[in-house]
Amino acid sequence: MRATIEPTGLTRRIIPCLDVAAGRVVKGVQFKNLTDHGDPTEAAARYAAEGADEIVFLDITAAPERRDTDLDWVRRTAEQVFIPLSVGGGVRSVDDGRNLLLAGADKLGINTAAVAEPELLTRLAERFGSQCVVLSVDAKRRDDGTAGNGPVWEVVTHGGRTPTGLDALEWIEEGIERGAGEILLTSIDSDGTKEGYDLELLRRASALSPVPVIASGGAGTLEHLADALETGAAAVLAASIFHQETYSVGAVKEYLGRRYPIRIQTGASR
Amino acid sequence: MTGAATSRERGHPARIRRAPATAPLASSRVGATVIDAGVGNIGNLVRALRHLGAEVEITCDPATIRASRCLVLPGVGAFRPPREVLRGAPEEAMRAALDDGATLLGICIGYQLLFDSSEEFGTTDGLALLGGRVTELPGGVPLPHIGWNRVFGVADHPLLEGSTDDDHYYFVHSFAPEGVPEESVLGRCRHGRSFPAITGHGRVAGTQFHPEKSGAAGLRLLRNYLAWAHELEGGNGATAAGD
Repeated sequence: MRATIEPTGLTRRIIPCLDVAAGRVVKGVQFKNLTDHGDPTEAAARYAAEGADEIVFLDITAAPERRDTDLDWVRRTAEQVFIPLSVGGGVRSVDDGRNLLLAGADKLGINTAAVAEPELLTRLAERFGSQCVVLSVDAKRRDDGTAGNGPVWEVVTHGGRTPTGLDALEWIEEGIERGAGEILLTSIDSDGTKEGYDLELLRRASALSPVPVIASGGAGTLEHLADALETGAAAVLAASIFHQETYSVGAVKEYLGRRYPIRIQTGASR
Repeated sequence: MTGAATSRERGHPARIRRAPATAPLASSRVGATVIDAGVGNIGNLVRALRHLGAEVEITCDPATIRASRCLVLPGVGAFRPPREVLRGAPEEAMRAALDDGATLLGICIGYQLLFDSSEEFGTTDGLALLGGRVTELPGGVPLPHIGWNRVFGVADHPLLEGSTDDDHYYFVHSFAPEGVPEESVLGRCRHGRSFPAITGHGRVAGTQFHPEKSGAAGLRLLRNYLAWAHELEGGNGATAAGD
């Protein structure tokens, strides 16, 4: 028999994202018009029970208001949720990172601070390992009219409000060289719209990145999630479809599991 | 479902009821000694053991290790720093405790430390409690191996009661054991090569993955470990009613 044996059994990951503001889960469209979606620990525990592979928390108030990430809800979550937890927002130093890891985070999401100070990625990677360092990139499509060159994406920060002049794909390459072990790539144009991920952006990022790319921004249907995995993304992140209970994590995994290696948690709640 | 679970239920039908395999153990005194070789963040492992009802002490004190029945050796990062911390009195205390019937669970680097040697940054001797040597995973797949992977060929062992070949666990590593005697391999994983993801011999066992980050399957394994170490009834998720 000559069955093809995959060289790895690693699965694609399904990651609910919890935007947190002032200790509450919130969601808005393109980072505006925030609505309350409950307690972060309760939401994370529910998603973990459904079979989520990881939880990403983004403290979306941390960067604009320049306050430290509230560690108490991270601690509470880590006491009850035993899957990888990634926390972003407000990590501006090795000390910030250390405090988050001690509170129970497994990964640190770095966005605005990395743009301001790219060396931070290296310092965090050297201190805690690249597996802890997630470069979070918010990309905005710029149709600059240059014929034949295709679309260009610019890195934006501060919840999408501040343009940086950085080319998103070049920034991803630089971030990986500096020590990022994973890229969380959010299309600001698609975020919260439920009209699908920016597949072109994901395709290009996955092609150039030796580290996992997490697709983010725009998930509305099961087919959107499959489309994102088809670009080569290692993981799909979604918020609205889970918070609004359009789909459970279990239903998403059952669907995607027909086409991709997916971890099906035995005995998961549905 | 393993055969052991079924026979145990048959043996004590009136006394056993099912409880979630991730629920705290019913017994009021379940101690676990987490050996802190100073190698990074062990908080999430401690949180998981406490969640399961264990009274956890975190130590590298030889006398405390010597007196423990239930040892856990975690570790993240590189092989050599914790190896050097353990060399001497802590290692002797671990061996003496094991001679007295204690159990030991190694996790990630703590798992790798249990084998004869590691080839990370040159060859370093291990604790030689399990046969085999730790080598780098082959190329052709992304390294480090980070994420959820399936563990298959799970053996009939107290750690694995309730486990199936469909369970996935969370891995973060670039090195893994090889040359492990087949009878000690309790489960395998595939990333570049097939490697022993769970190994056990006598009262020493270990996992290359992080059970404290592996959701319900990981908590079940840790719970099974606590039950095994303390010789409680029903490590497989059954608890003795009325205890």
